[in-house]
Amino acid sequence: MPMHILAGPDGVIHHVGPTMTKVSSADDLTGANLFDVFTVRRPHGIRNISEFLRHSGVRLQIQFRDPPNTQFKGIIVPCRDGVLLNLAFGTSIVEAIRAHDLKGGDFAPTDLTVEMLYLLEAKATILEEWRRLNSRLQSARSAAEEQAFTDTLTGLRNRRAMDHVLDRLVSDGHPFGLIHLDLDYFKAVNDTLGHAAGDHVLQVAARAMVDVTRAEDTLVRAGGDEFVLILPGLVDAARLLDLSRRLIQRLQEPILFEGRTCQISGSAGITVSHGGGVLPVAHLLEQADRALYFSKNAGRGRATTYAEDLPVLSGVSSGH
Amino acid sequence: MHGLVNRAIQCFVRDTYGGATWERLAKQAEAPVAGFEALFIYDDEVTDRMIDAAEEVLGRSRETILEDLGTYLVSHPNVGSLRRLLRFGGDTFVEFLQSVDDLPWRAALAVPDLDLPYFDVVSEDDGVVRVLCRSERPGFGHVLVGVIRTLADDYGALAILEHEGREGVDEWISVRVLSAEFSEGRPFQLAAES
Repeated sequence: MPMHILAGPDGVIHHVGPTMTKVSSADDLTGANLFDVFTVRRPHGIRNISEFLRHSGVRLQIQFRDPPNTQFKGIIVPCRDGVLLNLAFGTSIVEAIRAHDLKGGDFAPTDLTVEMLYLLEAKATILEEWRRLNSRLQSARSAAEEQAFTDTLTGLRNRRAMDHVLDRLVSDGHPFGLIHLDLDYFKAVNDTLGHAAGDHVLQVAARAMVDVTRAEDTLVRAGGDEFVLILPGLVDAARLLDLSRRLIQRLQEPILFEGRTCQISGSAGITVSHGGGVLPVAHLLEQADRALYFSKNAGRGRATTYAEDLPVLSGVSSGH
Repeated sequence: MHGLVNRAIQCFVRDTYGGATWERLAKQAEAPVAGFEALFIYDDEVTDRMIDAAEEVLGRSRETILEDLGTYLVSHPNVGSLRRLLRFGGDTFVEFLQSVDDLPWRAALAVPDLDLPYFDVVSEDDGVVRVLCRSERPGFGHVLVGVIRTLADDYGALAILEHEGREGVDEWISVRVLSAEFSEGRPFQLAAES
């Protein structure tokens, strides 16, 4: 018991374990009065040995009167006329070890303090490793999101995916229809009802696009309120116009958001690629763009098929 | 094999021979060049391929590489935590030596799925301590030689170590402690500086 204290009936300390001597501020505790050296914190109100003896077997908590007031826990055992205090470090263990450079041999073989310290340190090392792993996974996730093909708000494809799909269709020479769609009055929804309403409108619009198209079509949110529908094999202008009109009708249905009604519409520009890789992707997108501008300028809420004689307009800033 | 082992090999090669050598070794061993996660479990074969590749790329014998790995694990500043954790084994080198059979148990407290070999320690009459390392996989004994040799320095003891070879699944190491307090050694405090 390297941390015991043996005191006589008058409270005078007769014997002290070597570790206890090491951690006390005095060179030698023998001869001193127990109650001058320690404060008894629990059981409360103990001031002499006879009161100690009434509490034999009870959990004891004492601390040095001198700073750093190291705390101990232990047990009171009656011993001849006096007491034997069998003590161990309490919560101040780490400070005590640092201050007195205690070694494994300073602890009783039955004392698990060293094992506890080992565990604390081992677990801290592992925890640090987990923290590093988590931060690596976090950055990997952000990188993956950046590279992803999906627009997280609407679940449609994003512009990266669009470039990918268009490049492949054109280089493989597959015919396809392309609809460039802009939501009308979307900015007004965002400005008056806020971004949450705007997000909701975009999601409802995306669902409408999914509903009117086929599974093999690629639906793209190209940015903001701008969408591109790529429809492999569908090059019939009349059918594309019909599809666009049905979609615009769907978009014009009032959308409820938290009790308020959002009213939008859509303008579309249509073009087709007949395959054979004649027209580069940029050219096709430009055609669809021109058709879209025509729809906007012609009063919105409509679809236009690209034709070469379509007037070249300078945009939609003319107040419509 | 536990990621800690693979990571140990990766860091050992990288810190001792440089990043370019590690890259070369990883490519040859078909191991991830970006390295291993210490907390994942990997296929055993990757570990075998890395050690095979190390022999060729580093141009040294398997035994030497494994022993150097053991030395690295307890001496390189990048893995300072392991040296500290091992020093919990005892106040002196001899105490530490006697506690080597506790290592798998201690390791399991921190990393339950780190499957270390079985260790035993036998004190012979002539002052030699023999350490048994029992594992299906050969080579752990050589790593242990590096670890014990380096920890002897760490404690300030002078000791002669010899790997006695492998018989079946057993590898025996003999340790003759010539002087327990040959030098100062490196300081060790039970409670780490926070």
